[in-house]
Amino acid sequence: MFQVRIHGRGGQGVVSASELLSVAAFEEGKFSQSFPSFGSERMGAPVQAFARISDQRITSREPVMEPDMLIIQDPTLFNAVNVFEGANTDGYLLINSAKTPEQLGIEEMTNKYPPNHVITLPATELALKYIKQPKPNTVLLGAFAALSHMVHIPALEKAILEKFPKRIADPNIIATKAGYNLIKQKLEQVQEA
Amino acid sequence: MLRQISGSIAVAEAIALCRPEVVPCYPITPQTHIVEHISTLVKSGQLKNCSYENVESEFASMSFCIGASAAGSRTYTATASQGILFMMEAVYNASGLSLPIVMTLGNRAIGAPINIWNDHSDAMSVRDAGWIQLFVESNQQALDVHIQAFKLAEALSLPVMVNMDGFILTHAITRVDMPTQEQVDQFLPPFVARQKLDTDAPLSIGAMVGPDAFTEVRYLAHHKQKEALAIIEQQAAEFQEIFGRDSGGLIKSYYAEQSEIVFVAMGSVVGTMQELVEELRAEGHSVGILSLRSFRPFPGNAISKALSNAKQAIIFEKSFAVGMGGVLASEIHMATVSNDLKISSVIGGLGGRTITKKSLGKIVECAMHGELDKEVFLDLEGTTVVKELRRQQEGQSSGPVAENILRDMGVVSASKTL
Repeated sequence: MFQVRIHGRGGQGVVSASELLSVAAFEEGKFSQSFPSFGSERMGAPVQAFARISDQRITSREPVMEPDMLIIQDPTLFNAVNVFEGANTDGYLLINSAKTPEQLGIEEMTNKYPPNHVITLPATELALKYIKQPKPNTVLLGAFAALSHMVHIPALEKAILEKFPKRIADPNIIATKAGYNLIKQKLEQVQEA
Repeated sequence: MLRQISGSIAVAEAIALCRPEVVPCYPITPQTHIVEHISTLVKSGQLKNCSYENVESEFASMSFCIGASAAGSRTYTATASQGILFMMEAVYNASGLSLPIVMTLGNRAIGAPINIWNDHSDAMSVRDAGWIQLFVESNQQALDVHIQAFKLAEALSLPVMVNMDGFILTHAITRVDMPTQEQVDQFLPPFVARQKLDTDAPLSIGAMVGPDAFTEVRYLAHHKQKEALAIIEQQAAEFQEIFGRDSGGLIKSYYAEQSEIVFVAMGSVVGTMQELVEELRAEGHSVGILSLRSFRPFPGNAISKALSNAKQAIIFEKSFAVGMGGVLASEIHMATVSNDLKISSVIGGLGGRTITKKSLGKIVECAMHGELDKEVFLDLEGTTVVKELRRQQEGQSSGPVAENILRDMGVVSASKTL
């Protein structure tokens, strides 16, 4: 079972991201589950959402306590919430930021991960470019696919088309692909080096 | 057809497949998405011959259900928490008048303190109201049991409440197998009312009954619920034949008959327990689960039988009677008086408190060492409780408890989400 926890703020599409992830995994024939950290969500407040992907039926209902993939949609959360709690440091870490882990001052944590398992990328900037809105979720989903291979672009595309009307879906699909390509290239460059 | 959708949408679509004729609704978290989606299905014409009424309160909603059902319509509504409290008088009337209404309860805590999150306080507040009360472990079961609920309600002419954990199930997106209209039509025939207000054949429903006959009418209600025990099993078998799935029934055993330590629980927590139990069994521990799918009628004999080889039962419940303790624990105590069984009551998941596999594992570990107390509040913050008790001992004017506790825990606002 592959477990994902997404941290962000109300309005950033955290819950939608977890939903899209579970639908994409379903489209690929896997069992999956997603749910938000339930609360009276409001714009700007810290929000979490969870997803599980497995080849077998999933029965657990507890929030993801030991995420194999941690997605941080908002780097300002490092000071507000213990986002790293329980993180599986053999897994992956995906952070929406143009800065490096060192610049963010979280290298103590990120050094625990294997090389190339921690990725930072300017997802909000890319979202503004392609969606014209500061919603980094779909860019990060593309990056997720490139980093983990747990879901793939065609399934994410299908999930986005299912959830949103075409005029919203189309730019988000472009954003997803941009996130995917950026990380794919990054990882290929590292491999060549 | 396999779909990846939320529990609420799954239930709404299952309800539509049952061809309800009247759906009066008043929204309340966490069931709102169910009635919202039904309204969309009516508006779009996908659900035909259905009168959807957005009424002014929960009391109106159940009153509307009573009228519609008494007029011979297949009737459905949903509510939660304070909503069922507000409709309480009508809830008793629906069962007292033997009207086969189906209602979803998106289980949520009851205030004060106000809390929108999941527990079973709302279901337990109506445990003596005469409704059949079924619990579901997953969204697939939620969908399936609603289909069975109409058939059951109409076979018995009794209202049926399907209890579905708020948020944990309603808001979770999982895989469900949505049946076809043909399958549902094959299982659920059109509604024929046992009693019906009809101007062509006038009758009255709801006579005043005095001391001379009240006991008999009440006894018959009890008798009918006991009859339901066999019918629930029978219909679950029939459901399995048509839909190919084991859903519903009175109880579901996960190794209960062959285990020394058995969890007894209702609802979605059984899913988390399943994962724990599989791990523990792989390590060679004798641990199982007994899931109660029917709470009313209470399947005492089936429970006693399923626990006949168990040495310890851990009754896990998401609510309790203040001043008494676990309601389910006390009922299971009564059902198993002739079993050689140690019973412990564990209260957890109150007001949405996360029930972790780790915490449940600690409970089992205590039980294995014979150290599990008769009554345990899962993950209770003892120091916070002691601090407040001390404050109250020190002076009369210690202030409101909820606010004090929030301050002690460093929770600035009650609406904090994490």
